[in-house]
This record gives sequence, C-alpha cells and structure tokens, in this order.
Amino acid sequence: MNKSLTAVFILIFSVFAVHANTLNNVKTRGHLICGVSTGLAGFSSVNKNHQWSGLDVDICRAIAAAVLGDSEKVRYTPLTAKERFTALQSGEIDVLSRVTTWTLTRDASLGLNFAGVNYYDGQGFMVKKSLGVRDARQLNGATFCINEGTTTELNLADFAKIQGFKYKSSLTDTIAQSKSNFDSGRCDALTTDQSRLYALKTTLKDPSSAIVLPNIISKEPLGPVVRQDDDEWFNVVRWTLNAMITAEELNINSNNVDAPTKNSEANRLLGNTGAMGSHLGLDKKWAYNIIKQVGNYSQSFERNIGTNTPINISRGLNALWKDGGILYSPPFR
Amino acid sequence: MLDFLSNNKIRAFLFQTFSVVVLIYIGYHGIDNLFFNIERLGIRSGFDFLNNRAGFDIAEYLIAYTPDSTNLQAFYVGLLNTIVVSIVGIVFASIIGLTVGIARLSNNWLIAKLATVYIELFRNIPILLQILFWYNLALIALPAARHSTDFFNLVFLNLRGIYFPSPVAESGFYWVIVAFIVGLFLSFFIKRFFKQKHYLTGIKQPTFFYHILSIVVLPLSVYFLLDSPMHFEMPVFLGFNFEGGASFSIEFLALSLALSIYTATYIAEAIRAGIESVDKGQKEAALALGLSKAQMFKLVLLPQALRVAIPPIINQYLNLVKNSSLAAAIGYADLVSVFAGTVLNQVGQAIEIILMTMAVYLTLSIFISLILNIINHRMRIIGLNE
Repeated sequence: MNKSLTAVFILIFSVFAVHANTLNNVKTRGHLICGVSTGLAGFSSVNKNHQWSGLDVDICRAIAAAVLGDSEKVRYTPLTAKERFTALQSGEIDVLSRVTTWTLTRDASLGLNFAGVNYYDGQGFMVKKSLGVRDARQLNGATFCINEGTTTELNLADFAKIQGFKYKSSLTDTIAQSKSNFDSGRCDALTTDQSRLYALKTTLKDPSSAIVLPNIISKEPLGPVVRQDDDEWFNVVRWTLNAMITAEELNINSNNVDAPTKNSEANRLLGNTGAMGSHLGLDKKWAYNIIKQVGNYSQSFERNIGTNTPINISRGLNALWKDGGILYSPPFR
Repeated sequence: MLDFLSNNKIRAFLFQTFSVVVLIYIGYHGIDNLFFNIERLGIRSGFDFLNNRAGFDIAEYLIAYTPDSTNLQAFYVGLLNTIVVSIVGIVFASIIGLTVGIARLSNNWLIAKLATVYIELFRNIPILLQILFWYNLALIALPAARHSTDFFNLVFLNLRGIYFPSPVAESGFYWVIVAFIVGLFLSFFIKRFFKQKHYLTGIKQPTFFYHILSIVVLPLSVYFLLDSPMHFEMPVFLGFNFEGGASFSIEFLALSLALSIYTATYIAEAIRAGIESVDKGQKEAALALGLSKAQMFKLVLLPQALRVAIPPIINQYLNLVKNSSLAAAIGYADLVSVFAGTVLNQVGQAIEIILMTMAVYLTLSIFISLILNIINHRMRIIGLNE
C-alpha cells in the first residue's frame, strides 16, 4: 500500500519537477536527449541509412561527444514548432537544436537561454515560376503558406504592413504539410527561413517549377537553446559550438586532429595544455572528441547544406569573420 | 476505545473525509510546486499577455481583426470560429443523422442497406483521418485559383474555398427586417388562432398559405416597395485571389463535412434505437384510429422515439464540439489552432492559455447539455417519469 502510494506521488510530481543539473543528469543517464525538427533536409532529418543527420543534428552529436565522449549517444526527439519550447521547459529534452530563432521575447520570457548561433538566416519567399513574380513586393493579395508557431507569422505581418499589403495566410502544423499545400496550389507563396526554402525546394514534386525570391525580410539567427536555470549546462552547449567554430579558424578538422601542433590555442582547445575541460566540468579531451567524431563547423556545414549537397547553400553570412562572414568565437584562453 | 469504528456511518464519514483531505493536499501541493517551478525557471506568468499586440494574421475571422489587434481579440476570433463550425456541424449532422436513421429502418431493401453501409463505413474510421482525407482530397481534386470552376459566374469554387456574392444592405433595408419580424409574430398568432379553432370546433384547416403570406410575402413586398434597398457584392479575381463577396475556406468546408458525416452515423444509430424502442402496438393503434402514416410517424412514433434518442444525441453534440478542435491538423483557424497554437507559441505561457482553452470547451459543453436537458425534460411523458 505504502509503496504504491509513493509511486503515485512520484508520478504526479515528476510531471512538474525539473532537475537543474542537466550535465550530471546526462552523464548518469549515459545519453543526451536532443530536440530536433520533424524532418528538414540538411538541418535535421533521417538519412538513407536511417540515421539522423544535419547541421542541427551535428550540434547534438558534438554535445554528446563533449560530455560523454561518444557522438552516437544521442536520443532524438522530433518536435513541431508548436511543441518545441514546452518540451524544453518541461525537461523532456536536454537541449533544443531545431532551427530556432533567437528573439528577445523567447530569451527573456520563456525561461530559456540561447547558447549561440549556428546558422545566420533570414526569412525569404518561394513562389511558383508560372506566377511570373520576381520580387516579394509583387505579392500583394497573395496567399502565403506558413508553418504555425514561428517567427515567420510575425515577420510576414510586419512586412505586409510596411508594404501596405493585403494577404491571406494558410497555416499548417508541420513544414511538410506547408510544402505539400504549396505544391498543390493552396497558396501562392511559401515563406520561411531562406535556408529552409532551399531545402524544401529540393523535395518538391518538380523542384524546377519554383524559385526562391531574392528578398530577405528579417534577421533569423538560429541556434541551440537550453533552460535558463542551469548555467553549467548553458556553458557546455555554448562552448561546444564555439569549439567547432574555433577548430575551423585554426584549420583543425577530423582528419588532422591527431597531428601535433605548435599553435598554443590549438593545444588548449585539444586539451594538450591548460584546463579548459575541467572549467566546463568535462573531460580534457572534450573538444578533441567533437572534432574527431563530428568535425569542425566547416565540415559540418559542407557535409549537410554546402554547395556540394542538393541544398546548395554557400557560406555567405555564415563564413568566419576573417573570410567575410560574421561567425566569430570568443578565444579559448 | 476504537468502538466507534465499528459504526458503519461513522466509518464511512471518516474514510470520505480522509480521502477529501488527501485529494486537497495533492492538488495544493501540485499547484504550489507548479508555481514554484515557473518562478524558478523565469517563465513569465499572469494574464497580461491578453492585452498585448498579437502581431500575426488569422486566415478567417468574423469580427474585425488585423495583426495590430490584441491576443484577446485573437482569442475571440478563434472562439467564434469554433462555435460556427460546431453549429454548422451539429445542424448537418442532425439532418443527415435523422434521414439515415429512418432510412435504415426502411422497408426498401436498397435504402436500408445503403444506410447501413454508410453508418458502418464512417463510424469505424477515426475522425482525424476523415478530416485529413476530405482536406487532401479537396486539394487534389479541385482546380487551382486561376482556373476556378464557376457556376453562372456567381459562385466560384477552387482548392482555396468557395466564393459567392454577399448581400450588402443599403439605407432603408432595416424596414424589411422589421416587416420580417412583424411577419413572424403574425404567423405565431395565426397558428394560435387556428389551433384554438381546431380545439373548439374540431375543424382542422391547412395554415401553410397564411404562414407564407406573413413570413415571405410581407417582407418581400416591403422590399420591392422601397425599391430593393440591397445589392450584391461580387467576388472578383484579382491577381492571386478572389476579392470581395463572401467565402468559405476549404479548411472550413473539409472540417464541417468530416464532422457532420462522422457524427451523423452515431445520431442515426440513436434515432434508430429510439424508433425501435417504441412498441409495435403504438403504431398499430395509431393506424387503427385512422391516422395517416405521416400523422402516425409525426404524432405518435417520433415523440416517443426522441425521448429515448435525445440523451445519446446530446453526447454526440458534445463530441462534435470537442472533435472540432482537430481543426488544428488542417489549419482551420479554430480556438485550438489560433489560441492554443499560435498565441501560445508567440507568448509561451502554456498554463494560462491551456487553462483558458479548456474552460471554453467546458463552458460550451455544459451550455449544450443544459439546453438539451431542458428539451429532454419537456419531452418526458408527464406523470410517468416523476
């Protein structure tokens, strides 16, 4: 009797209880629980080998490599745009890596922290070529397919207000339904982050029937998100991303990571000198594991969404600061 | 010392009090825990967000709404859309249900079998799949916006919805409405007069003609006397979409259709059960008294059948209202999609928003049961159920 009552109590309160020490939880559990999209080519989708892959998935894998020493120790939780924040707030996932835009409201009022930016994006438009539209400002009166619960809805309303537009919206739960609605002609234009438009375009029935317009109407810095009450974990996620960016800057990749180097920052990064790992509560080989198993930022980018993939996105804003982009990591010191 | 425990009443009282205390404790502790955690996590709480600018567009609205409206107005838009789709669903489900329920008992083999097939088919497929089926079927089968099917250039149908002319009242139109209301009253008194006459003299006269005269002819003649104070606004295709006129979106049509067809199967079964519950002797007695078949059905069979059928039908109406929340799956702008979907995601206050949404469904359901319980009460056999 007593035992079953206790069990009931635990069941009830575990619904509310959120444990603050995520790092220890992940270590004891032996795997990371990572929130990803329900399927977005290049960012997080299941590939032909039935494995999750993509730029966002690489963040999950890198965190697992840093914390557990094995990038494969990740369980993926696919989430719709509507579900993602609640899943993180309630402790169902350890980190959300799901093309999520960093905004003030989300950062300050949802009890969440953005640990950095792994892709600088902006909202764009895709239309059918047959419409003859070459510029988003020609879309007055059009119907837009929108993924529900995103910053897209708000940006479009702002854009329409500035342009003096009237428009109609057709909302859907998942990006896949948005895409199929666009394919069938339920809407004239599909609007979302531009990187995603390129990814979706490759999966249309006839990819050549649509074009992505040149207009960008918003800033969409996308990055991994953690809960606000856990600074230790926040640091781990933030510096995992920084390690990948710094590795690119230092020309360290998964192929040459074992070669000895004289660069002192590289030695600190790889754990040969200094105590970077222990400051974060991690093994000293944490960054080595990331680079060895997942690669540096450039490798991850080119493998998933780069110019040699069907998605075919060039680095642009997402190049390193020294190459004309805005990607920049604080020093490993 | 513990003798009082052997008293059944005292023991029952003690156990019940204990259970209530435990329940209250669990509830209190849960809520306390919840607020503690919300505060610790730095999640904003309270209902201030209702007065903030919504900032997003809603596809269909019955009250004025723009992205500059507040979240509270977005809530009302969603609520109204839920109510509209529920009412449309209930009306059509009742009509289809009544027809199919009677058809299933038909002596005509084909009609009875068709009704059975309809019921078994649509009752046994989950409603969510049916909604998605009708929606995706419409998207595949209907023409694109530029190639809309038109009916006499008045009504246009494409995969985005159905567009038709909307009446626009001009000055003086309210006299027509006044005439219509007067006509309704007139019709009511006509009915009373002839009913009285029927009672007193036993003479039953057809009153249909008088009703038409007061409800239709009177307002119409006022309308034409005032030189037709109303015009129609036509839907016109401009660039991307039809502008002007009135329209129903394809999401609304698919959802109403799915809800009506699905719920009608249960209503049909309730009606059949009701009719079958009426004793065969009642039917025979009515016919023996010289009532026509139609009179027998209307005056003897149906009132008794409905008494049995109404409670399960109430349940189906409630289910329909609750099922309408599946609108979110196809993006119809109902309460769940707009408020518990978009607003929730932009604001992030899940607990407040979900509580409000649940309160709405609870209120709607209680309201429907209340109305139908009153009807049920009036339908009872006087003197038997008391």
